[in-house]
Amino acid sequence: MTLPPNTKRFLEEAGAIAQFTGRFFREVFRPRYEWSAFIQQCYMIGYKSLPLVGLTGFIMGLVLTMQLRPSLIDYGVESELPAMVGIAIVREIGPVITALIFAGKIGSSIGAELGSMKVTEQIDAMEVSGTNPFKYLVVTRVLATTFMLPILVLLGDAISLYGAYLGVNIKATTSFSLYYTQVFNNLSFSDVLPAFVKSFFFGFAIGIIGCFKGFHSSKGTEGVGRSANSSVVLGSLMVFIIDLIAVQVTDILGFN
Amino acid sequence: MSNTEAAILIQNLYKGFGSNQVLKGFNLRLNKGENLAVLGKSGSGKSVLIKCIIGLMQPDEGEITVLGESISSLNQDHLDHLRVKIGFLFQSNALYDSMTVRENLEFPLRRHWMEISDKETNDLVMESLENVGLAHTVDLMPIELSGGMRKRIALARTLILKPEIILYDEPTTGLDPITSKEISDLMNALQKKYNTSSIIISHDMNCIQRTADRMILLVDGIAYAEGEFDTLKASTDPVILPYFE
Repeated sequence: MTLPPNTKRFLEEAGAIAQFTGRFFREVFRPRYEWSAFIQQCYMIGYKSLPLVGLTGFIMGLVLTMQLRPSLIDYGVESELPAMVGIAIVREIGPVITALIFAGKIGSSIGAELGSMKVTEQIDAMEVSGTNPFKYLVVTRVLATTFMLPILVLLGDAISLYGAYLGVNIKATTSFSLYYTQVFNNLSFSDVLPAFVKSFFFGFAIGIIGCFKGFHSSKGTEGVGRSANSSVVLGSLMVFIIDLIAVQVTDILGFN
Repeated sequence: MSNTEAAILIQNLYKGFGSNQVLKGFNLRLNKGENLAVLGKSGSGKSVLIKCIIGLMQPDEGEITVLGESISSLNQDHLDHLRVKIGFLFQSNALYDSMTVRENLEFPLRRHWMEISDKETNDLVMESLENVGLAHTVDLMPIELSGGMRKRIALARTLILKPEIILYDEPTTGLDPITSKEISDLMNALQKKYNTSSIIISHDMNCIQRTADRMILLVDGIAYAEGEFDTLKASTDPVILPYFE
C-alpha cells in the first residue's frame, strides 16, 4: 500500500521528532552536564520573557473581567465575578495563553537561532571543538523551557489576577482583600495542580519542537525562516493537543 | 614518499548520498609537515572528504587513519581527544554569532582544557589574535568584522589548541584577491611557525600555488592525478587542463 505523499511526510516527521525526543532523554542523564549553559538559557528564556508574559497576562485579566461582567449582571451573579475570573485564569486561560505567547517568542527564537547555527556550520564547529552540540544546545534549551514556563505561568497568573482586580474596580468598588479572598476561597488544590503540571508539558513540547526544527534546518536563510515559522505553528498546535489530553487525564483522575 | 610518516592516510574511501555516489574509492596520503591541496569542481566531494576525516560524516566504506588512529574505530571520547590535534577552518568561518571574538576563541580552550586558568586563557587568546594581526578586535562581535577579518579570527580559533593538522575548507572563497593573498601568506606563516600538516580544499589556483607543496585532483570521486603544482600545470591531459586555464 502506498501512502499519500503528505501522510508519508507527516509520519516521517512524527517519527523523526520521536527519535529526537528519545535522544534528549538519553543525553539528559549522561555527563557532561552543561550547568552554565543551562543557567544562561534559563535567564534568556525565562527572565527575558517575563515582561511580555506579564503585559499579556495583565491585559488578559482586565479584558476578561470587562467582558464577563455584562453576562453575570444579566444572571444576577455579578458578585461571583472575582471567583469566576480567578478559576478561568488559573485553570485554563493563564497556562494556555502564556504557553502560546511563549511558543511565539521562544519557539521561534530557538528555531531561528539553531537553524542559523546549522546553516552557517556553527553546530559542526561546536562538534569539532569536542562539544556535544545536542547536549550543549538542545538539552539545555529544552530543560530551560520545561522549567521556566511553569514559573512564567504562575507569575502570569498573578499579574493577570491583578489586572482582573483593576477590571472589577472599573465599574464597581471592591477592596483588594475582599477581591483576593473571593478568588482564593473558590480556588482549590485541584484547580492549581493540574494547570501547573500541564505547563511543564507545554514547555517541554515548545522546546523540543523549536530545537528539532532548528537542528534540522536546511536550504540557507529560507530554511531558517521556515524553521522559525514551523516551530511556532507546531509548538502552538502541540499546546492545544496537550491541553486536550490534560483535560481528559485530570477528568479521569478526578481533578475536575 | 612512503617512508615519510603519514599524518593522514585515506584508503579506498566511499561516500554517497542516496543514489549520488560522491567518493568512489578515494585515496590520499598527507605527510607530516606537508601542505596538500585537494582541487575539484563544486560538488565533487571535497568538503565531504574533510568532514569524513574529522568525523563529522561517516564514510560508507574505506579506512581513514589520522595520526596513527583509525577514525572509524574510535568512540566519541577518543574522537574528541583526537580532534584537539586537528584544526578545522570552515568555509563559512562558523564563528559563534552570539559570542564576542574573545569568547569564540575561549570556547575550544575551556571545552578541552577544563583546568586552564583565566590568565592562561587570556594569554593564549591574545597570542592567537596577535598571530593573525587582530588583537584589537578581542571584544568585538563577529558581525562587526569584515569578511577577511572573520576568516582571520576563524583561523586564530583553529590554531588556539595548537593542532598538528589543519583542514582548510575553501579558505579564500568569497574574499577579494588582495585579502585572499593575505590569507594564503598567513597560512604559510602559521604552518612554518607551528610546523603543522594541512589539507587545503580549494578551487582558488592562486591560493593553491602559494600554499601547497603537493596537490590532488579529485575527479569523479577518485584521486585522478596528484603531484606538484607545476607538474600538473604542465600536463596535457584534457581532464586536467581546464583547471589551469
